[in-house]
Amino acid sequence: MTALAFHGVALGHPGGGGRPAVEDVDGSVADGELLAVLGPNGAGKSTLLRGIVGDALLVAGRIERPGRTIADIAYLPQRPEIDRTFPIGVFDFVAAGLWRRLGAFRRLGAAGAARVEAALGRVGLADLAGRPIGALSGGQMQRVLFARTILQDAPVILLDEPFTAVDAHTTQDLVQVLLDWRREGRTVVAALHDLAQVRAHFPRALLLAGRPIAWGATADVLVPAHLDRMRPGDAICQHDHAPPDLGPVRSAAP
Amino acid sequence: MTVDLLAPFAEFAFMRRALVGCVALSISAPPLGVFLVLRRMSLMTDSMSHAILPGAALAFLAAGLSLPAMAAGGLVAGLAVALLSGFVARATILREDASLAAFYLISLALGVMLVSLRGSNVDLLHILFGTVLGLDDQALILLGAVATTTLVWFAVAYRPLVLECVDPLFLRLVSRASGPVHLSFLALVVLNLVGGFQALGTMLAVGIMLLPAVTARLWSATLPGMLATSVLAGLLSSVAGLLVSYYADLPSGPAIVLAAGALYLVSALIGPQGGVFVPVLRRARG
Repeated sequence: MTALAFHGVALGHPGGGGRPAVEDVDGSVADGELLAVLGPNGAGKSTLLRGIVGDALLVAGRIERPGRTIADIAYLPQRPEIDRTFPIGVFDFVAAGLWRRLGAFRRLGAAGAARVEAALGRVGLADLAGRPIGALSGGQMQRVLFARTILQDAPVILLDEPFTAVDAHTTQDLVQVLLDWRREGRTVVAALHDLAQVRAHFPRALLLAGRPIAWGATADVLVPAHLDRMRPGDAICQHDHAPPDLGPVRSAAP
Repeated sequence: MTVDLLAPFAEFAFMRRALVGCVALSISAPPLGVFLVLRRMSLMTDSMSHAILPGAALAFLAAGLSLPAMAAGGLVAGLAVALLSGFVARATILREDASLAAFYLISLALGVMLVSLRGSNVDLLHILFGTVLGLDDQALILLGAVATTTLVWFAVAYRPLVLECVDPLFLRLVSRASGPVHLSFLALVVLNLVGGFQALGTMLAVGIMLLPAVTARLWSATLPGMLATSVLAGLLSSVAGLLVSYYADLPSGPAIVLAAGALYLVSALIGPQGGVFVPVLRRARG
């Protein structure tokens, strides 16, 4: 079964005058697949993810979401438009993940509250349920957003640089959540820049530089021949802990 | 001189009417103000209130001092400016605050000019500063209807409104409520300004909406707490303003807004959420 299919897709920014940020995207993502999208800054990773939820300008082609609508896709942007000064607590903020079940009117109820608490527990924030979101650190906020994404219970999950502004410990915990999603048969597409992380956890990869450079099994995609085709000077691996690893692929499977 | 807090209301029907009108206004306008302040839309409210003036003035030219006509005119003009300024901000290089400032200066001048064409200076003063001591049945019904509409709307739209404030992109992706919630929110702000304009005039109607809301921010850290505090601050300012205006023989509209202003200034000093003297007080106590 196909989760997402791209047919000659070109996507641009709404204010970009129709100039595509990413083009010639042809391919598909299977149900239950874990796909990493890699590429230098400005390669169009974010635009591609935004396009999947209809938040970018579709310049050409079409994107299919067989049997699903945009509401079935959970999307976690790199820089969410969240007003952190708004007086709302962690619990209420995360509970918004149940929107599809509750809508504007239905009560959260005991079962709903238990789900929210379970999600907070899963990301290690059970103790912070009552804290206002403005009082959280960057890492804690990312955990909160993962908890909300868990509650969205979406078959397809898009993550844009989910571990960029986050400490190593948080990254470790959230990668576990991501692997849970894979075990539950969800489709995950994540824009990432850490090659070691991708090799360890993502069976499939898409290398992007304004257009797809390579798309397939991670071991076949992350090879020097492809990585060299990235524009010179663009580092696609800027991870703090692991030095850039552009050598031959040694292990692709987790 | 002894000051009896109940006597003015017990004795005079016009004081009772003023009180009822202000209570209705205090229940509906300040909670809207809380969301306006949280969304950093205070300036926008100001310009919408000024935009009501030319609409009401045109209605005044056409139909004289008729409440339904002036309310309808104000409503149309207020909504038009709210939508237009949003459009101008998107279509030109001006930021929204700049286009709002431009719109509100134009509206104010146009409104004053229009009223002066036919009305007297007294009419102009009434429109600008309201006639809270002269509220007739029509005006009270309007204020009651506005308050009722606002409360029902809050009951329906509270959840999407909160989400629209905290994480608009998320709301856009999970539901279609985003646009309707934003637009109906703006419509309701204009509706309350039109209601408030009967009592306090176009110039001061914003006062009873925003001052209690800013005050509430200084007293509470949670949204429900802020909403409750804002209503309380609105009620307190209304009663205090009416009493001061009665005993000191001062114009009542400005007295109410000044009471709200005094409440805000005191809160800015001692309000537990960021008041200036709070750290000092804590040290003195500890």
